[in-house]
Amino acid sequence: MTDRAEIKAGRLAPAEYERNFVDVKPSLTPTAALVEASRCHFCYDAPCVAACPTGIDIPQFIAKISTNNVRGAAIEILKENIFGGACARVCPTEVLCEEVCVRMDQEAQPVQIGRLQRYATDFMMTEGGQPFKRGEPTKSKVAIVGAGPAGLSCAHRLSTLGHDVVVFDARSKAGGLNEYGIAAYKMPDNFAQKELAFILDIGGIELRTGQTLGRDVSLAELQEKYDAVFIAVGLGAARNLAVEGGDLKGVLPAVDYISDLRQSTNYQTLPVADKIVVVGGGNTAIDIAAQSKCLGAEHVTIAYRRGPDEMSATQHEQQFAQTNGVVIRHWVTPHEVIGKDGNVAAIELERTQLDENGNAVGTGEYERLDADIIFAAMGQVMMADALATRDDGILAMIEGRISVDETMQTSVAGIYAGGDCVKSGQDLTVQSVQDGKIAAASIDKFLRQ
Amino acid sequence: MADLRSNFVGIKSPNPFWLASAPPTDKAYNVVRAYEAGWGGVVWKTLGEDPPIANVSSRYGAVSYNNQQIAGLSNIELITDRPLQVNLDEIKQVKRDWPDRALVVSLMVPCEEDNWARILKRVEETEADGVELNFGCPHGMSERGMGAAVGQVPEYIEMVARWAKKHTRMPVVVKLTPNVTNILTPARAAKAGGADAVSLINTINSITQVDLDIMAPEPVVNGKGAHGGYCGPAVKPIALCMVGDISRDAECAGLPISGIGGVETWRDAAEFIALGSGPVQICTAAMHHGFRIVEDMIDGLSNWMDQKEYATINAWRGAAVPNYVNWGDLDMNYEIVARIDQDLCIKCGLCHIACEDTSHQAISRAQENGGQYEVIDEECVGCNLCMHVCPVVDCITMEQVQNGKPYTVWADDPRNPDNMKAAE
Ligand SMILES: Cc1cc2nc3c(=O)[nH]c(=O)nc-3n(C[C@H](O)[C@H](O)[C@H](O)COP(=O)(O)OP(=O)(O)OC[C@H]3O[C@@H](n4cnc5c(N)ncnc54)[C@H](O)[C@@H]3O)c2cc1C
Ligand SMILES: Cc1cc2nc3c(=O)[nH]c(=O)nc-3n(C[C@H](O)[C@H](O)[C@H](O)COP(=O)(O)O)c2cc1C
Ligand code: SF4
Repeated sequence: MTDRAEIKAGRLAPAEYERNFVDVKPSLTPTAALVEASRCHFCYDAPCVAACPTGIDIPQFIAKISTNNVRGAAIEILKENIFGGACARVCPTEVLCEEVCVRMDQEAQPVQIGRLQRYATDFMMTEGGQPFKRGEPTKSKVAIVGAGPAGLSCAHRLSTLGHDVVVFDARSKAGGLNEYGIAAYKMPDNFAQKELAFILDIGGIELRTGQTLGRDVSLAELQEKYDAVFIAVGLGAARNLAVEGGDLKGVLPAVDYISDLRQSTNYQTLPVADKIVVVGGGNTAIDIAAQSKCLGAEHVTIAYRRGPDEMSATQHEQQFAQTNGVVIRHWVTPHEVIGKDGNVAAIELERTQLDENGNAVGTGEYERLDADIIFAAMGQVMMADALATRDDGILAMIEGRISVDETMQTSVAGIYAGGDCVKSGQDLTVQSVQDGKIAAASIDKFLRQ
Repeated sequence: MADLRSNFVGIKSPNPFWLASAPPTDKAYNVVRAYEAGWGGVVWKTLGEDPPIANVSSRYGAVSYNNQQIAGLSNIELITDRPLQVNLDEIKQVKRDWPDRALVVSLMVPCEEDNWARILKRVEETEADGVELNFGCPHGMSERGMGAAVGQVPEYIEMVARWAKKHTRMPVVVKLTPNVTNILTPARAAKAGGADAVSLINTINSITQVDLDIMAPEPVVNGKGAHGGYCGPAVKPIALCMVGDISRDAECAGLPISGIGGVETWRDAAEFIALGSGPVQICTAAMHHGFRIVEDMIDGLSNWMDQKEYATINAWRGAAVPNYVNWGDLDMNYEIVARIDQDLCIKCGLCHIACEDTSHQAISRAQENGGQYEVIDEECVGCNLCMHVCPVVDCITMEQVQNGKPYTVWADDPRNPDNMKAAE
């Protein structure tokens, strides 16, 4: 990517990188936490609890912060959501717990639940100590494929229930998208690895990185050697930009670039383009756009084929990108990528509108945006090829993902799946954690039969 | 994990958090819900003789302070309004179903030996763990010669306690009224009468506010109001003081205490226990937030004990009692001065104006650079008012001045007129 003048590293002064990638939502001070906690009414049957996919008893943990039982507060969170620290940083609380806070009706200002959750979980991380214990050993062994939030949440729960767990992951580091995907300013300071260490500290979980299902290990083999299998491989390849010129040099999957960025220890050395167009409307689109600006890109435009309300990125996230200088163009869809000397030079967009069936369709009006790099951020697809089972059948799929029932069991007995590779709810960290928890309970039941 | 078990005059409970005799313990339905939530014990809502009393409405007045809906609560409710046998049947069943939890029965009957003998016999049949004699209710019942009307006359306390001990094998706890000038008088009377323990405080005579439209004290009952009994967070300091007074009293030595009054959190409970209390009783906090508050009480106390490396409650019960002394035992030579952490200071100016207007003019305010506040050491008397008004945690702290002077009480202080004379 560096062989062109428009794409270069070191666009900013060192201090600017530091400022741009600082923690977006730093921890509350003790005083601020007490003030915020005092705003919680300690509601009975609180709406926030129902809105949290992992069902954390939010009023109870906030009450514990109020009495300065911060350790108790942290355990209250972690016992329902072992990734409570990550979720405090990455959850779109404005569409989850905080959206339904009764204070929204009262004064349109919710209790800052996410930040209080961060305060409590940070306390646990800095004070140290392991609040969870392995369960009575059961002699059962479970294989988990994928060390992202879904896989690790399942592994941790299984360990508390006394089962031995081996987690396989294709990458060299565990953590899944917490390590390779989430925006850098949401999880700075190597938090994903610190949290991972805390989770593994319970014991009984063996991590085998660099092990790809379908290459280094097969599902049939796992079925053979283990008492149950949980698949949590997330989503694989990025969807291609399927228009003319979509294969030109300079059309890149956003997730790959984000992954490089997350692994970089010196943002100054990361090459970034002058003019960038991002195609998509989700988290990934927002994150690649905002982070490109943070790296010093001059012009960054998100092109999305529908309106602001249809974007899967929340209003809050859209505003965040806009505040960082990203232009969001709604109602446009890629028509053609235009090249020059084999490289991307521009993108031709067609304007869209809704037809009577509610589909976004082209209007026949076109416009052209110059671009040195085009990031494809239109979602990812499951890679099903690794899913051959012992009986050589492929697991049943639905809408391109693994089909599971409400206990997270797949079409094959003893094989469970959860997280982004199934369609359980929104593709969020917190939903993946919950999937892992449900799967662990089902596996435990299955193993004890 | 710290061991929170409690054994109070032979009454065992898995933790020291009990619900006080009041609406939360009015019937089996509530008590079972409380046990399910984790409460270690209850004192059943006070039983009386049939026919049951009748209540009025409304029954509560509240003091709201700084966004706290209930900083203090006043009530004009009487004892149970349900027939005696209904209560007794429920008590028997609940005790059978929850053998590991404490169940104490609160009682109030007219001041005759027969009446007490009769009701004690019937309570004994329920296999409840003990009885609490309600000599505290300050409204309504006292107008009928019961409750605080008994609790304010030490001779009556002693007499009824003695009857109770004579007519039952159950442990007898005497619940004291705070509406007295010296709490030691009724406490000593209870001990003299043979009571196994005392519990305190019951509610304090109060008018929470006056409705300025109706021109009547609250709670207003059809245009009129009677004084109520005050409880909730606002009364904790009064209750702590009374518990401390009894704990350190030589005559009351060894008399077990169950502290009550304004307990809302594990920390409040720990303070009562540090001043010598056994199980701590709670009413208003449960009425405000529901039974689930006990979760944090249990887990907060246990985390704190782990942190302090206390294995059991007895390891620190009463630990603050030896340090609760009279003014005359304080060190006259101890000197502290205020310190303002300039990095934490938000420049609200509250410390300056408090000291300037109402204390010792010991905090200066610089006009330049947004006004910096500095302590003038020579003027600071170490009263620590500024520390209390400061809204920032740890911004103003008090630092000891190393003056090298020995611990000297007032009796030995050269500024004491008696010593001046002696020196002449
Ligand atoms: C750019 C981006 C930003 C996001 N931002 C947010 C956010 O701010 N907030 C939020 O809540 N959610 C966010 N999400 C979504 C969130 O990250 C995911 O929902 C969540 O990580 C899914 O967890 P998972 O465990 O199912 O999968 P993943 O986190 O994807 O983990 C899957 C793991 O499986 C491994 N794996 C894959 N295939 C194989 C194989 N064949 N063999 C072995 N191992 C394999 C992978 O290496 C990976 O470690 C974001 C997603 C992206 C892409
Ligand atoms: C509505 C109400 C009714 C009460 N009824 C009784 C009672 O019947 N018997 C009794 O001994 N104390 C009674 N009390 C007093 C409480 O048991 C307790 O001593 C007092 O409320 C102080 O504790 P708190 O600050 O935790 O509320 C009552 C208190 C309230 C608020
Ligand atoms: S709490 Fe409210 S609803 Fe319940 S009895 Fe009292 S006044 Fe009626």
